[in-house]
Amino acid sequence: MIRVAVLSGKGGTGKTVVAVALATLMGPSLILADCDVDASNLELLLNPRCMRVEEFRGGQIARIDPDLCVGCGACADACRFGAILPQEPAYGVVPHRCEGCGVCTQVCPALAVALEPRVTGEIRVSATRYGTLVHARLLPGCGNSGLLVHEVKRIALQEGKDCRYLLMDGPPGTGCPVISTLAGADMVVLVTEPSISALHDLRRVVMVARGGGRRLSAVINRWDLDPKQSGDVGKYCREEGIPVLGRIPFDFTVMESVRRGEPVTLWQSPASEEMGRIWRGLSAQLADSDATDVPR
Amino acid sequence: MKIALASGKGGTGKTMVAGNLAEVLYRQREVVLADCDVEEPNLHLFFPAQAETEPVTIPVPRFDESLCTRCGKCADACRFGAVTVLPSRILFLPPLCHACGGCLLACPEGAVTEGERRVGEVRVSRPGEHLRLVSGFLDSGEIHAPRVVRAVKEWAGDAPLVILDAPPGIACPVIETLEGCDACLLVTESTPFGLHDLALAAELAGYLHIPVGIVINRSDGADDGIRAYAQEKGLPVLLTIPFDRRIAEVQNRGKLICREIPGWEGTFADLFARAEALAGERR
Repeated sequence: MIRVAVLSGKGGTGKTVVAVALATLMGPSLILADCDVDASNLELLLNPRCMRVEEFRGGQIARIDPDLCVGCGACADACRFGAILPQEPAYGVVPHRCEGCGVCTQVCPALAVALEPRVTGEIRVSATRYGTLVHARLLPGCGNSGLLVHEVKRIALQEGKDCRYLLMDGPPGTGCPVISTLAGADMVVLVTEPSISALHDLRRVVMVARGGGRRLSAVINRWDLDPKQSGDVGKYCREEGIPVLGRIPFDFTVMESVRRGEPVTLWQSPASEEMGRIWRGLSAQLADSDATDVPR
Repeated sequence: MKIALASGKGGTGKTMVAGNLAEVLYRQREVVLADCDVEEPNLHLFFPAQAETEPVTIPVPRFDESLCTRCGKCADACRFGAVTVLPSRILFLPPLCHACGGCLLACPEGAVTEGERRVGEVRVSRPGEHLRLVSGFLDSGEIHAPRVVRAVKEWAGDAPLVILDAPPGIACPVIETLEGCDACLLVTESTPFGLHDLALAAELAGYLHIPVGIVINRSDGADDGIRAYAQEKGLPVLLTIPFDRRIAEVQNRGKLICREIPGWEGTFADLFARAEALAGERR
């Protein structure tokens, strides 16, 4: 299986639109994973039919038994995350600050604190026209999205074990959920746009994405909004040895297709034509890596 | 007063609104602009100025092998699998460590002490006489974004007006940014993505009891979905910014529309007045 991650650094550059367009072009042996678990949007363009929902238990959370708490405050003093506060009638845990480290259980003289499993999200396995989709939702106030991304990928690898491709729509940024998305990826498609912010953020995500045997390539979205800055992005990519697979023009069809909840490639338009070119470039790279890479 | 810009979805224009708000306000009053999108900070691109840099560190355990009796209590205490006691040595994996201090507490021999490990930096600059910019930068490959956000907020301090630019999403770094804010402006765009992620971010702000106002950006007029949602939830739409190539061009070059395009200065001053009223609801 070849694992392709779509990332960008900066948010809103068009990762999801590009990922869905690729999904329509990659052929039937495809499994999809939405690794942007904070704000998963693949489902909005793929009309998924949910087959299965799983609760996700992301770590643990402390719970203080008010009947046992003696009110000494040792737990609050020891907690480095400010997650324990004096409340009535006993000390209480602020759920979104608790990291589940258990230091409070170590120091409580009354054995009033225990760790409990914590549900932090749900994972859905859905059928779509282009392949099975594994997507998730982080519950409000629950952190550790990297762990949830890891689980989405694990289920996707299981569900799609016989598939030729795993396509992952990644989160913005460079932090924990991005690192989790990158783990084990073979190819990274970086979607960027002609702005100084997008280029700045692209540089930062390239630093994180490099290594691990991953091959990087780039797509410049809405390139004609600023041809000069698109040139700067292209120049940066050349210097870094990152092939630019295509330049998508600004095209109202994209907005229209998103509104309808459908892939842009279902319409004939300048943007979908360019998506075809991007896929041909990517598949040439994939064929190349198929031939040269040691299978996992 | 702390006013945060958040969105759920990335690239909706949080930084654009934060930057323009600061630009129209700082000539009349002291403003601190806090870039809490520490994975991809961008505000410094709009306010270039010489910055002072402060490292952000987290505590990291150090194991004195000469005092260690191999009892394994440190490894038992660690819930994140960062410590393993082997017969010959202690195996410590820094990326898994949450810096909770559990191993330190657990060691009966005093063999665990703590040092510091760098995870990012804060850059503080003064791009204008009454404007201070505090930007967080997470180091490449690090996962401790919330720690860097916390450092940014500490450096921003309790200034009379702090404008915080939040990261996209709804997870830990966003929670860290929003906690303690008096109002949250959610910047969205008139697409199903914008609406979907707006609802998630509004849910988080509600969970944290922070009053929410909505800014619709790049509107092509088809905002019925967002307006219906706002009405249903009782959230005010404070400003609608139309889609306009000129705005995109100004923004893409790292400039601010309140300076480059006539009319926007008053619009952002007005937005601030509305945000201030929203923050007043909480106080």
